[in-house]
Amino acid sequence: MKLWIRNGRVLDPASGLDAIADVLTDDEGRIVAVGTDIEASGAEEIDASRLIVAPGFIDIHVHLREPGFEHAETIETGSAAAAAGGFTTICCMPNTAPVNDSATVTTYIVERARRHAAVNVFPIGAITKGSAGSELAAIPSMVAAGAVAISDDGRPVMNSRIMRRAMETARALDIPVIDHCEDLNLSEGGDMHECLESLKLGLRGIPSAAEDVMVARDIILAELTGARYHVAHISTRNAVAMVAFAKSKGLAVSAETTPHHIALDTKCMPPYDSNYKMKPPLRSPEDAGAVVEGIVSGAVDVIATDHAPHAGDDKMQEFEKCPFGILGLETALPIALEVLVHPGRVSLMRMVELFTTEPAKVIGFEGPTERARLAPGLPADITIFDPERRWRYDVNQSCSKSRNSPFNGREFRGGPVATIVAGRPVWRVNGF
Amino acid sequence: MAKGLLGIEDLDRAELEKILERARFFQPQKNQSFHRLDTLRGQMVVNLFFEASTRTRSSFEIAARRLGAETLSITASGSSVSKGESLVDTLNTLVAMRPSAIVMRHSASGAPHFLARHLSTPIVNAGDGTHEHPTQALLDARTILDRCGRLEGLRVAIIGDVAHSRVARSNIYLLSKFGVDLVLCGPPSLAPRGMCDMAPRVSIEYDIRRAISGADVIMMLRVQLERQHEACMPPGEYFQFYGLRLEHLELAAPDVIVMHPGPINRGREISSEVADSQRSMILNQVENGIAVRMAVLERVLSQ
Repeated sequence: MKLWIRNGRVLDPASGLDAIADVLTDDEGRIVAVGTDIEASGAEEIDASRLIVAPGFIDIHVHLREPGFEHAETIETGSAAAAAGGFTTICCMPNTAPVNDSATVTTYIVERARRHAAVNVFPIGAITKGSAGSELAAIPSMVAAGAVAISDDGRPVMNSRIMRRAMETARALDIPVIDHCEDLNLSEGGDMHECLESLKLGLRGIPSAAEDVMVARDIILAELTGARYHVAHISTRNAVAMVAFAKSKGLAVSAETTPHHIALDTKCMPPYDSNYKMKPPLRSPEDAGAVVEGIVSGAVDVIATDHAPHAGDDKMQEFEKCPFGILGLETALPIALEVLVHPGRVSLMRMVELFTTEPAKVIGFEGPTERARLAPGLPADITIFDPERRWRYDVNQSCSKSRNSPFNGREFRGGPVATIVAGRPVWRVNGF
Repeated sequence: MAKGLLGIEDLDRAELEKILERARFFQPQKNQSFHRLDTLRGQMVVNLFFEASTRTRSSFEIAARRLGAETLSITASGSSVSKGESLVDTLNTLVAMRPSAIVMRHSASGAPHFLARHLSTPIVNAGDGTHEHPTQALLDARTILDRCGRLEGLRVAIIGDVAHSRVARSNIYLLSKFGVDLVLCGPPSLAPRGMCDMAPRVSIEYDIRRAISGADVIMMLRVQLERQHEACMPPGEYFQFYGLRLEHLELAAPDVIVMHPGPINRGREISSEVADSQRSMILNQVENGIAVRMAVLERVLSQ
């Protein structure tokens, strides 16, 4: 199938192109040409007038729950949600059951994804066996099987010596170490950000210090080892400042934040609503503001969703019993538009970078896995979106298997319109 | 959300005054036994206690019966909860039996608030985790009013594990609405600084003598044994620094009263001499518990 995407505003950060142009793809699912006056015969036309045509969005932090928690999400449903959110590539965290700490599990995920996923799926391997924090996982064989990074997301490595060894290993393999920064002793038993609200609600707090302490440690270890180090879901002002400091020292440090950490804070949490329970917790308005500032200044490089589906039964419990995490894939783009672009904090081009070239740089998608660029010969992964379309998010229509979103019912301005993976449209908004 | 009583924080002073005034009406007169009223005849109050409780549960039961309601008490052990049923399923099952109100105690903060979003039956919070215990604050206020005649301008010291106390939270919300000066006191890990921002006129002291100095009311909180490790001090040391002893009372206002939500740990947070002294209001509190809960049930259940 050939596609001729016509008259869209093509935003391609890698080349700096921002112009009304056409994009043509070939039968092999590759990009043939980008420009005007394109010769296209026998191609299916897609009218992208008044729409943005960008390289396919990349989300480097999702939980697909397969294997082990298929009642909450599968590679098939999670990748369908990714497609519906405009993502063409996702990286899935290893906290499955069994944990992705071996080539066997990595291969299983790669194979399941090849057969069932709507978008490109790249697994992230565990840092330690079972993510138990005491013994390094089979990192080189996971990388050989297709893992693109390592992380003990959700169960961070507390032992600094193990973390040091992991970083050394990662450096040798040229993969990033992604850390969920949480000092588990400081956060023990916590259910929400430690603040006046947590005191009032009688909920145990997770202090910002739990994140700050780990970011500080990790940056020091990154300097020691020379590893590429990436802070997952950054949420505090101190952590943002420390990442900026590390960058100013020339360290290979990067950071992502989530849509919910810039769109929400403790002040907008309905009391005891488990759809607002995640790690790191929603922080203070000042922290959320500092994270936005970090995006504007470049301290924060990437928006990643931390898409974390949980089955309804698990979320319909007492707040302190509920698991942490919320859906994210389908609402990321509209939230980025709402918080960053519409108020004029960042340009549309910069927002596209946050979803494309920046995450690609963090993972190191290059050579055979190169993406995030609209250039002839590369896979035709393309996200078409409308920055103005008005719509309302109905989580009951979600492609995900789960329903745990605080954004249910929210009115959005702007959203994805079509998602194309390797030249094949895998999702279109109703009516397009 | 159905009419119930989930906490003190969201009630205004006028509403609280109404309940406290009505509770006075339900207090027994001297040498007079209770009449059984029939205000709530034909209504059923379910007491659902997921946490052990003797005084609160029996107090609610008596209150409901004195108003003519039928009562049914369920405790977690021996109920389907101990068989792994979820909270929502347990409550839905109970609601299908059409009770008029559910009185609920639960170890999780916000459990009744979470249920109130899903159920139409009114819920009375009889203590949720470390969040609120609204009827305790009401009965405490009733007791202070009986003795001091006013709340405005009083100095009240709350001493002990304030951080994990639902009694403290409800009292902070209630008393500060009435212009009381509140002093919270406990070991730093159990009385975090941030708590003074919970309501107006709240301050924190880490020295019990300073906290008690000039106090009209001293509220002692129960030391929860399972939280002892968070106090970061051994029990003997705790009593030495935060236990209330007779000698402390000299620092307080001349007619100071001492309160405790019970059950008390003699020699742990309060000495026997104080607990059994004329200053102690502990049994008055228990007695007022019934009157206050009658007022609350009446407010929740009468049309």
